[in-house]
Amino acid sequence: MTKTHVWRKPDGMSIIFVLLGVIILLFIFAPLLKTVVSSSPGVLWNTLLDEEVYSSILLTIYAAMIATLVGLFLGVPLAYLLARRQFWGKRFLEGLIDIPIVIPHSAAGVALLFVFGSNFLAGEVFHTIGISFFNSVAGVVIAMIFVSIPFLIDSAKEGFKTVDVRLEKVARTLGASPWRSFFRVSLPLAWRSIFSGSVMMWARGASEFGAVLILAYYVPFFGHYARVAPILVADRFASFGLEYAQPVTAIVILISLIVFISLRTIAYRGEKA
Amino acid sequence: MIAIKNLKVDLGDFLLQNIDLEINSGEYFIILGPTGAGKTVLLEAIAGLYPVLEGEVWIDGREVTRLSPEKRRIGIVYQDYSLFPHLSVEGNIAFGLRLRKYPKASIKEKVNAIAEIVGVTHLLERKPQTLSGGEQQKVALARVLVTEPEVLLLDEPLSALDPETKERMQSTLKELHRRVGVTIIHVTHDFEEAVALGERVAVLNNGCIAQVGAPEEILRQPSSEFVAHFALSRNIFTGKAEEGEDGHACVDVGGIKLRAITELKGKVRLSLRPEDIIISKEPLHSTARNCFEGVVSDIAHRGAVVYVTVNLPPDFICLITRQSFEELGLREGVKVWITFKASAMHVF
Repeated sequence: MTKTHVWRKPDGMSIIFVLLGVIILLFIFAPLLKTVVSSSPGVLWNTLLDEEVYSSILLTIYAAMIATLVGLFLGVPLAYLLARRQFWGKRFLEGLIDIPIVIPHSAAGVALLFVFGSNFLAGEVFHTIGISFFNSVAGVVIAMIFVSIPFLIDSAKEGFKTVDVRLEKVARTLGASPWRSFFRVSLPLAWRSIFSGSVMMWARGASEFGAVLILAYYVPFFGHYARVAPILVADRFASFGLEYAQPVTAIVILISLIVFISLRTIAYRGEKA
Repeated sequence: MIAIKNLKVDLGDFLLQNIDLEINSGEYFIILGPTGAGKTVLLEAIAGLYPVLEGEVWIDGREVTRLSPEKRRIGIVYQDYSLFPHLSVEGNIAFGLRLRKYPKASIKEKVNAIAEIVGVTHLLERKPQTLSGGEQQKVALARVLVTEPEVLLLDEPLSALDPETKERMQSTLKELHRRVGVTIIHVTHDFEEAVALGERVAVLNNGCIAQVGAPEEILRQPSSEFVAHFALSRNIFTGKAEEGEDGHACVDVGGIKLRAITELKGKVRLSLRPEDIIISKEPLHSTARNCFEGVVSDIAHRGAVVYVTVNLPPDFICLITRQSFEELGLREGVKVWITFKASAMHVF
C-alpha cells in the first residue's frame, strides 16, 4: 500500500514545539559530541592504553554487572510480588523502593557505610566471612546496587503486570507448579521489561559517583588499584584541569554509549515482529 | 463423579454460597447465569485457582479442596482462550506434556493425534496471535485435552465467536465430548447454548444455585426471572426423529408428530420461536406442514404484544400482536388452531 503525503502548512504550535525540541536535543548532544571529537583517535587510543584508565573502565563495567546480577536475583522476585499481590502498605513499600532515586547519592554512601562499615550491623556479619565493603570492589557493588536497583524493580514490575494472570492459571491446571509456571510463562513473557530494566540498572550503576566515592574510593582490583570511571574523570579534572580530563571523558562517553546502545538493541530486537 | 458441597467463595462485592452440585462422570453440565454472577470464579474455585471460604470439592471419591491446581487433573479453557503468546501452537499443545517429561517422540505423537481430532494440524507452526477466534479456541481445547483431564471447565467458550463460528464450535464441542468422554462443566450466560449442549443445567442466580435439571425441566418451571424471560422467548421440545415422507423428518414429541427439516435421527431437541406460530380459529390451508388444534391455557400481556400458551399437549408459546389477540377474541379455554412451517423449527 502506498501512502500519499499531502503537504500541509505547519501550524504555529508545531513550529514552536519543534524548535524547543531541537534546543534540548542540542543541549544533550553538543557537549557529548564536542568532547568526543576534540581528541584525535591516536590520543584516545593512547589514553585507553593507560593502565589507570583501562583498569578503571574494567572495574566500572565489572562492578555494575555484578550489581545488576545481584539486582536480578533479589529484585525480580520482589517485582513479581508487587505486580501480583495486593497487600496492606503496598503503596508505601513501592514509594520506599524509589527512595534511592531521590536522596543525594553522597548521603546514600554515608548511610550505606553506617550499615556495611566493618564496625556496624551487616558489615560485621560479612566481615566474619571475609567480605569487607570499605574500599573494596564489594563496596563499589553495594553502592551501585543501592542507587540503581529501583530502575530494575520498577521495570520488571511493569513487565509482570502485562502478563495476563490467566496464563499462569492455565499453566497451573496443565500441571505446572508455581515455580514452573513462573519460569516457563511469567518470566519469558516479562523478559523484555526485565532486560531493559537491567540495562538501565547497569547504566545507572556504572555512572554512579557520590555513593561510590564515600564507600569505595580507591579499591584493589586484579592486582591494581583502581577508581570507577566517574571518579577517575573527576579526579583528573580536579588535579590536572580540563585539558587532561578531556580524553578520558571521551573514552568513558564512547564506551558507555556503545554498551548501552548494543544492549538496548538486543532488548528491542524483534519488537516489531 | 464431581461433588461440590456447600461451597462458599468471596467475590469481593458479594458471596457465592450454598453451592451444592453433583455432576456425573462424562456428563455435559452447564452452569447458566447472568453476566457478573460469579461463574468464572466458581470454575476457578473448582480448579483450585481461587480460594474457597468453606465447603468441599470431590472428584471420584477423593477430596481435592486443599489440593494445588496442578494435582487436580482439572483443565480449564477461558473465554479469551489464554494461549501462551511466546509459544507456537505446537508448543502450546505440548506444554502440559513437556511438564510431565514425556519422551519427545511420544509428545509429538500425542500432539499430532489431538491436533487431528480438533482439526488444527495445519496450524501447528503458527503463533497464537495469528489465529482467528475459532482456531484459538480449538488450540486451547487441544492444549487441555492432551493432558487427559478428568474434568474440563469451559468459561463462556462460545461468547467471543461470531454466530456462524459459534454454531460450528457448538457441534465441535458436542462431538469432542462424545469422542473423548471427558466430564465437562461449561458456564454461559446464553440460554440457547445451554439448551443446545447441556445434558443438565444449573441456574446460578444471586450467588446461589437456583435450579438444577434438564433444560426442558428448567424451561417448564423456571424459578428465576432470568430463566422465565428466556422461557417466554423459545419453545423447546425433546423428541425422537425419524424419516418421514417427502424428505421431511418426523419428530415425535410425545402426543404429536412434528414435521421438521433435519438430517438427525434419534433423540433430538427442537426449538421454535413464538413469533413463527400463527393462531387461527379454523384450520389454515397453507403450505405450512404443521397444523394442530389445541386449547388456550395461559395469556401474558406484554405491551403491544401478547404471549398465548396453547396446550395440545405439549404447550406451545405463541406471540401475537395485541390487535390480532382482540380480533380473535382469545381467552383461556378457547379452542384454536396453530400453524407453523417445517423450516421454522430448529433441530439440534
